[in-house]
Amino acid sequence: MSIVIPLLILVLPLFMFLFLGLAGCKMSHKLAGWLGCLGMGTTTVLAYITALTYYYNPEFTSAAGERLQVVIFNQTWLQFTDYLVIKLGFLLDPISALLLIVITTISFMVHIYSLGYMEGEKGFQRYYAFLALFTFSMLGLVVATNIFQMYIFWELVGASSYLLIGFYYTKHSAVSASKKAFIVTRFADLGFLLGILILSYYTQTFNFIDMTNNPGGVLMCFEGATFMGCSLLTWALILIFVGGMGKSAMMPLHIWLPDAMEGPTPVSALIHAATMVVAGVYLVARMFPLYALEWNASTFIVVVGAITAFYAAMVACTQIDIKRILAFSTISQIAFMMVSLGVASEGEGIILHHGVGYMASMFHLFTHAMFKALLFLCAGALIHAVHSNDYTHMHGMWRYMPVTHITCLIGCLAIAGIWPFSGFFSKDEILAACYSWSPMVGAWMSMVAALTAFYMFRMYFLIFWWKEHPIHHGHVPHEAPLPMRIPLIFLAAVSCCCGFLHFGHFVSWNRMPYDIHIELGIALSSVGIALCAIFIAWKMYFKENDLPVKMKNMLPRLWDWCYHRFYWDELYMFVTHKIIFNGICRPIAWFDRHIIDGTMNGFAIVTNKCSYAIRGLQSGQVQMYVWIYLIGALILGAIGVLFLLG
Amino acid sequence: MFENLLIYFVVIPVVMLAGLALCQNVKQIRAVAVIGSCCLIGLSTWVLCEYLAMRAAGEDAPMLFCGSWEWFAPLNINLAVGVDGISIAMLMLSSIIVFAGSFASWKIDMPKEFFLWLILLSTGVFGFFISIDLFTMFMFYEVALIPMYLLIGVWGSGRKEYSAMKLTLMLMGGSAFLMLGLIGIYYHSSVDGVHTWNLLQIAQADAIDHDWQRFLFIVTFVGFGVLGAMFPFHTWSPDGHASAPTAVSMLHAGVLMKLGGYGCFRVAIYLMPYAANELAWIFLILTGISVVYGAFSACVQTDLKYINAYSSVSHCGLVLFAILMLNTTAMTGAIMQMLSHGLMTALFFALIGMIYGRTHTRDIREMGGLMQIMPYLSVCYVIAGMASLGLPGLSGFVSEMTIFVGSWEHADAFHRVFTIAACCSIVITAVYILRVVGKLLFGPVQDDHHRKLTDAVWWERLSTVTLILGVALIGCFPNFFVNLIKFTFSPAIFAVLGLN
Repeated sequence: MSIVIPLLILVLPLFMFLFLGLAGCKMSHKLAGWLGCLGMGTTTVLAYITALTYYYNPEFTSAAGERLQVVIFNQTWLQFTDYLVIKLGFLLDPISALLLIVITTISFMVHIYSLGYMEGEKGFQRYYAFLALFTFSMLGLVVATNIFQMYIFWELVGASSYLLIGFYYTKHSAVSASKKAFIVTRFADLGFLLGILILSYYTQTFNFIDMTNNPGGVLMCFEGATFMGCSLLTWALILIFVGGMGKSAMMPLHIWLPDAMEGPTPVSALIHAATMVVAGVYLVARMFPLYALEWNASTFIVVVGAITAFYAAMVACTQIDIKRILAFSTISQIAFMMVSLGVASEGEGIILHHGVGYMASMFHLFTHAMFKALLFLCAGALIHAVHSNDYTHMHGMWRYMPVTHITCLIGCLAIAGIWPFSGFFSKDEILAACYSWSPMVGAWMSMVAALTAFYMFRMYFLIFWWKEHPIHHGHVPHEAPLPMRIPLIFLAAVSCCCGFLHFGHFVSWNRMPYDIHIELGIALSSVGIALCAIFIAWKMYFKENDLPVKMKNMLPRLWDWCYHRFYWDELYMFVTHKIIFNGICRPIAWFDRHIIDGTMNGFAIVTNKCSYAIRGLQSGQVQMYVWIYLIGALILGAIGVLFLLG
Repeated sequence: MFENLLIYFVVIPVVMLAGLALCQNVKQIRAVAVIGSCCLIGLSTWVLCEYLAMRAAGEDAPMLFCGSWEWFAPLNINLAVGVDGISIAMLMLSSIIVFAGSFASWKIDMPKEFFLWLILLSTGVFGFFISIDLFTMFMFYEVALIPMYLLIGVWGSGRKEYSAMKLTLMLMGGSAFLMLGLIGIYYHSSVDGVHTWNLLQIAQADAIDHDWQRFLFIVTFVGFGVLGAMFPFHTWSPDGHASAPTAVSMLHAGVLMKLGGYGCFRVAIYLMPYAANELAWIFLILTGISVVYGAFSACVQTDLKYINAYSSVSHCGLVLFAILMLNTTAMTGAIMQMLSHGLMTALFFALIGMIYGRTHTRDIREMGGLMQIMPYLSVCYVIAGMASLGLPGLSGFVSEMTIFVGSWEHADAFHRVFTIAACCSIVITAVYILRVVGKLLFGPVQDDHHRKLTDAVWWERLSTVTLILGVALIGCFPNFFVNLIKFTFSPAIFAVLGLN
């Protein structure tokens, strides 16, 4: 494949960022918006060309049918040592091609949607510039040829997320949310960095292909290196996963994601639902052969993922803000992907069932990106219509917003895993993988899947039904304008049919195409459970009634904990403010001013005092000087005499 | 003498001084400052190109452009000059900051006297970086320090007399150590009794015996370390920076603190490799503390200049920390960190000066929402902040990562613990940078009087754009700088590693 198209995929968004960022203020909103869309549209076309060429051109498949990993270009950027070199390159393999499609599609849809959603906002050009920056960083991340390139773009997506969450920078809540997001992910990135340092120290390479195609060699490099009873490879992998936990909002580093909803809603759809938050999943998938080696590391992933999935689903059942419901649902769904990657192997390189977990995770990443972006964009349309995030201000919206209603319903059905919508296919594979790893994990994840169906339909019924005559700040809500409707319809269509893709033909852990089998038992039972959950939600929330209040009063403590997200934010506030800020920073600053600086000043004061004390000798009286001179001379004379005699 | 390019780094400032003396009005003064600093930038670029060309032609002497002119024969003092990749990087940095600093002090009171001292200071700085004779090096070092006293004492703000006195006395204290060390080196510089001040000859002879090396290493490292803001000798930095006028803060944090790191490398480690290898751990502890301690202290400060002064303690601590790792990668990182820190701190101080000039306060509690009032300055501040917290694409990332990868090459627990601690500083840096950015630039406008303030004018824009370009250039094309620097290391590092 020629170098031009892949290079353009990266350069075009970067150029749009620089162009809109520097010259944007001189342009009208309309021009900036259309330029942004044009740039992104071109990038999307190029990305589709690249990905489809990769999938369908036999040139990229070996004789045995294995899809090849192709490095289109790889330019040295920074040389540390002879072996440790950061290169900026473009790696094309099944998962990076998949992510190219996902990112550009969602980003393009969000660009179009924002034409309507952000119309008339102050800083419209800046918004498009940041979107382009984000797209550039995210594309750079997924095509990374080495782990350090990934780290570079990892930081860049973090920064663009910071800028976009804080887009409404005059609002306190937005500013502190952006700060929180950056610092929490930065903290996780520290783990990522240390993981990279350990890994590269032993393997002497940053290159993904070198590491993942030769897991046995990596294992050899780590021979004998242990720390606290665990192999250092396990530690490195866990630390790298910690980086992924930060970006993908796994417990306990999830606290930034719900707050990140302060950003404009299309941004939440793009960054905090479809693309950036799955970077952690992508990272683990990228290094999957190494995780498959270490049972400890992959089990850690399963445990973290399973707990997070359940926790987030519980919290989502009680929230009022629709964007927060979606945020927790995102956390929960990403945890599904994580668990799925963890259960794909059994340690020591043994892959379970052709790595169905790996394939399912990527499949779910793909379908989830589509339907979750759809749901967020629906939420955006609703917020645009009623100027509030709370479902208490919505109710009965089906009458006013038919398009939003239908597309949102499709999104909800997809995420609940109802046949024939896309979520059914991917979630079914995940559950199958879980059951084959351990029935307990399988049952646990089925339960979370039921909760998912419940809270999504709770939200759906409360928004679109519940009661007929809603309070809407005195005006009738209107359907979204055309630029907002197009992406909704497009994404809904994708969510309807993309489940029928033969996903196993495109992505699998060893890049060999294989056929997916739907396990009828699991499929039927999970659809059955989901339908039950939807039925309960229908009973409780379709028409105004007092069942929800009764339920809440039955378990008040539980409801309270869920509503307050199990008080994680308060815990973090306590640790950061009370312990770190007041317990470490302040004492250190005090110590510096009073002890260290005090000592330095003390030297000056002592010198001063001594000088003051002896300055009396310098009196200016001749008699005094003669007197001292005589005494001195006598003493010296006496010493001289003694010396001569002695 | 004048056929050597390097000598013009001293000649140009001296000519500028003469030119200033003849100036009649503020316009002429500005013209002298601008033309002079442009010439300096041009000269350093020229030297860089010549240097690269000579290296490409296969020249492999440790220093190029060498020249030596006798000054005081009985003590064998010469004006000896010569540069390698590191000195050239430092000369580039200094000339850029002098240029940006001249624009940042466009509207200073008593411009003639101010620029007189400022240019004298830069004479010292340039002289220091080109000298390879210890005595002239020390002399230029002192020439760079003394004007600081007057610049802060006269043009400063706040408790300026106190700060000026404190800064000068503490740095003089460092100089006393340094003088002791340099004389010691001189008297042990050769076995045959002909003593020399010349760095290259001393390093080649390698005649200082090991017991003396230990003493001299500690003395010179502390001497330069005071200027490099090493814990616990850093307390001049917050007060000094807080009181100094804008351009002086820029030059001081941007260039003068680099003299410390450069000296530690060039004198303490280059000449006493054996002791450096043996005693590096003492200073690793101190600099490791600097890195984390400075960052934590910066988190609670409310004065913008104090925040950046403590941030400098942390970042300059990282420079010395990396130098002490004694391997090529970490040392390259140290020099990159010097460049990067020089540019971004100068940018920070320039912006703080510009903000202070408008709001007349540096207390972050009294300001807020400046993004709405002065978007240009605010965006620059965000960029500086991002560079400081190590965003890829800007300079901080490159240097920090090089340092961490280099430090990680030491596999023992002691080095590991301190490396991890140093890595933790990137999180704390993010905390204090975002705290300031969030408080100062974002949020609602705090003080309604600020609403009528204006954004940057052309000379301020020129000054900041120059620095931002520098930061972005290093951040985007780091390999050019790394290759420039790396070539230098071989002799020094092999000497050290040979002892292992």
